[in-house]
Amino acid sequence: MFTIERLTKTYADGTRALSDVSIALEAGEILGVVGGSGCGKTTLLRLVAGLDRATGGRIAVDGETIEGPHPAVGIVFQEPRLLPWLSVADNVGFGLVDRPRAERLERVADALARVGLADYGARWPRELSGGQQQRVAIARAFVTSPKVLLLDEPFSALDAFTRASLHEHLLSLWEAGRQTIVIVTHDVEEAVTLADRVVVMRPCPGRVYETISVHAERPRDRLGVGFDKAKRRVLNALDRSLRAPDVERDRAAAQGDALWW
Amino acid sequence: MNAPSTSPLTDVVDAAPPQAPRSRVHAPGRWLIGLALPLALALGWELAVRFGLAQGRLMPPPSRIFAALTALARSGELTTHIIATLMRVLAGFALGAVAGTLMGALAGASELSRRIFDPTLQALRAVPSIAWVPLFLLWLGIFEASKVALIAVGVFFPVYLGVAGAIEGIDRKLLEVGRVFRLSQAGMVRRVMLPAVLPEWLIALRSGLGLGFMFVVAAEFMGASEGLGYLLVDGQQIGKPDQILAAIITFAVLGKICDAVLVAATRPLVRWQDTARSSL
Repeated sequence: MFTIERLTKTYADGTRALSDVSIALEAGEILGVVGGSGCGKTTLLRLVAGLDRATGGRIAVDGETIEGPHPAVGIVFQEPRLLPWLSVADNVGFGLVDRPRAERLERVADALARVGLADYGARWPRELSGGQQQRVAIARAFVTSPKVLLLDEPFSALDAFTRASLHEHLLSLWEAGRQTIVIVTHDVEEAVTLADRVVVMRPCPGRVYETISVHAERPRDRLGVGFDKAKRRVLNALDRSLRAPDVERDRAAAQGDALWW
Repeated sequence: MNAPSTSPLTDVVDAAPPQAPRSRVHAPGRWLIGLALPLALALGWELAVRFGLAQGRLMPPPSRIFAALTALARSGELTTHIIATLMRVLAGFALGAVAGTLMGALAGASELSRRIFDPTLQALRAVPSIAWVPLFLLWLGIFEASKVALIAVGVFFPVYLGVAGAIEGIDRKLLEVGRVFRLSQAGMVRRVMLPAVLPEWLIALRSGLGLGFMFVVAAEFMGASEGLGYLLVDGQQIGKPDQILAAIITFAVLGKICDAVLVAATRPLVRWQDTARSSL
């Protein structure tokens, strides 16, 4: 069980990035997070990963409060962020150095095989394509078997074909470990392809606008009725979430007028 | 009619892939092209003097420089001078590089120490290093210590600036990877920061070494009884331009060899780099 309760983040300059965000996920659930730019999606992930500190609220994995980087939480960034001086295998094993060598090698080999890069362990990161590098980054996050895995627009820099194959790799890794996954994306189709539930966030300050459950069997058929319905609901909610602040501002303005008169 | 019209086509198609390997075959000999200009100039000057077009008294022809070099080498003098100079450069380089690396690391890693030390060091850097000579002579005497100190000062600044800049320039995104995997402070330094600054550190060392060779001449000008710098002064005083040029050529060769050794010794450390440097 992964819970976020009333999470709030206000930056030093007064910018309210997140306000009162509450999300609860069952173990093994995949959550998609979509929303307009500046709605705090990345802030949310950085708080959960322990890279930034929340102003208020609580994050917990199986009842244990998360206050900084935690072994139960892994993250894949928007860029691969591989360490260029380590081989592909050493990059994947970066978080396993305290384990015995034999175990480390075995787990690294297994993770690399699952992302289809079994023969690439000895290469340098620079010798890999962008998609391959991102697969290494995903393997690096999975290999320490975190309970919660965060992905911050991990496929946004890739072309559609590479993206589709990476979705398969991601789901195959998830099948093996059944981690709880939170994936932030600006691609609605990607969210609906991967997630059990999609949260639509709304900017200024970032908060949860609507949650949509995706009722469709995996592997998802992009042409299926359930898929299409969910996709349309998400797009719809996204549309309304982007328009909503104007409505509210108008209302506030109207109230202001009333007070003035 | 058919055959000749198709064969050029296949030729073109087949010729494309081996292009890269072929240029690689030429690669070992490619540096020879850099020798063409100096060799041509030397040969031209030699011929000009031979045929009486030039006197060659102040600018001796290559044959006479070579004769001076072999004479120095045969008497064992050259070896003595080279060793003396090399020892001074290496001692000064070692001192300057260690001090520069430590101070650079301190300034790069801690904002407070940067604010304490950097202004002073920058002010000292603005002093032409030769200006230290009289002071070093007074403090350290006219023998080795003052020479090594001067070289160390010359090496210190490029290394200090390079290391401090490299640490400030470490990619925050890679540090975050370290934080996500909960590295300790020591682990962060050892597993992320050190490898990240390594390439720039090596470049700083290289420019430090180059400056070391610059300063050893200045150091040997201020009263040495051996060393390549002494050979220069001596050649000027007894009016032997061939000896001066022999010393200059030895400097060039020695400096290039030292630089090449440094690069070759450190290349395995930066094999992973994805930069133009790897193809240079």
